[in-house]
Amino acid sequence: MKIVEIKNLTIEYPGVKAIDNVSFSIEENDFLGIIGPNGAGKSTLFSCMLGLNNQYDGSISFFGRNIRESKKYLKDIGYVPQKPIFEKNFPATVREVVRMGLRKKSDEKRVDKVLQDVWIHELSHKRIGELSGGQQQRVFIAKALVGDPKILILDEPVTGIDFQSTELFYGILQELNKNQNITIIWSSHDMDAVNRLANKVACLDKTLFFHGISDEFFNNEELVKKYSESSMQKHMHHHIES
Amino acid sequence: MTLEIFAYSFLQRALISGIAIALLCSVVGLFLVLRRYSLFGDAVAHSSFGGIALGLLLGIYPMWTAYVISIISALVITRIKQKFDISGEASVAVLLSSGIAIGLILISLSGGFSVDIFSFLFGSILLVSVEDTILILGLTGSILIVILLLYRELIYSTFNEEQAKVSGIPVEKINYLIVFIAGITVVTSIQLVGILLISALFVIPNVTAIMYGRSFKQTALLSICFAISAVIIGIIISYLIDITPSGAIVVLSLTIFGGTIGLKSLGLINRSKTLKKLLLSNHFVNNKGNI
Repeated sequence: MKIVEIKNLTIEYPGVKAIDNVSFSIEENDFLGIIGPNGAGKSTLFSCMLGLNNQYDGSISFFGRNIRESKKYLKDIGYVPQKPIFEKNFPATVREVVRMGLRKKSDEKRVDKVLQDVWIHELSHKRIGELSGGQQQRVFIAKALVGDPKILILDEPVTGIDFQSTELFYGILQELNKNQNITIIWSSHDMDAVNRLANKVACLDKTLFFHGISDEFFNNEELVKKYSESSMQKHMHHHIES
Repeated sequence: MTLEIFAYSFLQRALISGIAIALLCSVVGLFLVLRRYSLFGDAVAHSSFGGIALGLLLGIYPMWTAYVISIISALVITRIKQKFDISGEASVAVLLSSGIAIGLILISLSGGFSVDIFSFLFGSILLVSVEDTILILGLTGSILIVILLLYRELIYSTFNEEQAKVSGIPVEKINYLIVFIAGITVVTSIQLVGILLISALFVIPNVTAIMYGRSFKQTALLSICFAISAVIIGIIISYLIDITPSGAIVVLSLTIFGGTIGLKSLGLINRSKTLKKLLLSNHFVNNKGNI
């Protein structure tokens, strides 16, 4: 069942197209990896999907409803940003940060559950600023999960995080997708990780180069080579132009 | 002698009003400090100077005109900041200087500086009336109820605006609410420390508490304790040795802040251990050991 549908999405900033006529859909329980180099439009795409940027042409629908009509879909979305920005000395414990994602006070028991699900229960009384980057990202996953979302959107969540924490993070994503049936939409630079984890892949570089079954893309050497070359050419061209 | 002073009704009113204002400024100030809006209180206070001058010129009770002008200018400057993408510090500077400039013109038109103006500039908590005390208690109670009801929205949008928006929180409306509440709090607090020292009440107890507190609630509680202690001791000392209460309150807050900086530089502040010890000694820890 299609739960997200993007049709002819175009985002244009003065003199440059950030995303050019992109259309694809996401099925329930997909683990979609969106790959693309820097400036490919991944974060811009997410900001539109999350209702943070309304300056686009085309349409985005969640659960069959255009997001311009209603923001109710946001209650079913959990979002983990690339690098959450917050005041370094913000006086909030891990538990308080996770609790911010609660939609009803009566769901307090969920806080303990998600803290355990992402392996940070023992850190729950620590101040958020005292944690490492990897631990902070797990806190933000917990905050996204505590609202019981159907879809989890993650924007390059492991940037700047060490190998061990990254692997633990990926393990948690797999568990959420397989055992809790949460649809995952995840952008990444890391093609190997996407190949390993995602069942669907979208190759974005302002335009959509490929969208479909992950194995169909990664097992087709010609296609991967063509994407890498096309992406490199575009960036060389952009570099020369600028 | 020390206990006798509590028998005076003007001191009772001063202490009750002072405690309420300290409580209000600590809680509202914590949101402002964490939003990097520390000087906003100062800017609103300066704009209230224009409102007070207008009241004196028109013969209206100056606090009413101060409330109206401060809230309007705070909301307008927030709108301009959002619409034209002006930085927070620049918008504060605009508000600060425009309030004083307009106030000076209005005071000149009304015949120059008077005793009334000085009491607004430097505070006059010992002169607070029964009606003022009731108003202060009413406003404090109302604002604290609003903050408790919208606690999640306020803390989440202070922590990270973008994530709060994605969670469906109406961040822009919450920002206006904070500014509105700050405007009321500032004008209410003028009687305690005056326009010129108002930001001390918003900022100093909170930056001190942030150095100790681990959680938001702990930090707010500590800030309230620091502010109330400074107000009670400041008012008593000011009466006993005949100095201005506003100066005494701010200097006491600074002393607590300086002591904290000293402890921190000696490495004696460890949030995880020192605070738990401190709270254990005060029986703030429940039987499970959770703070």
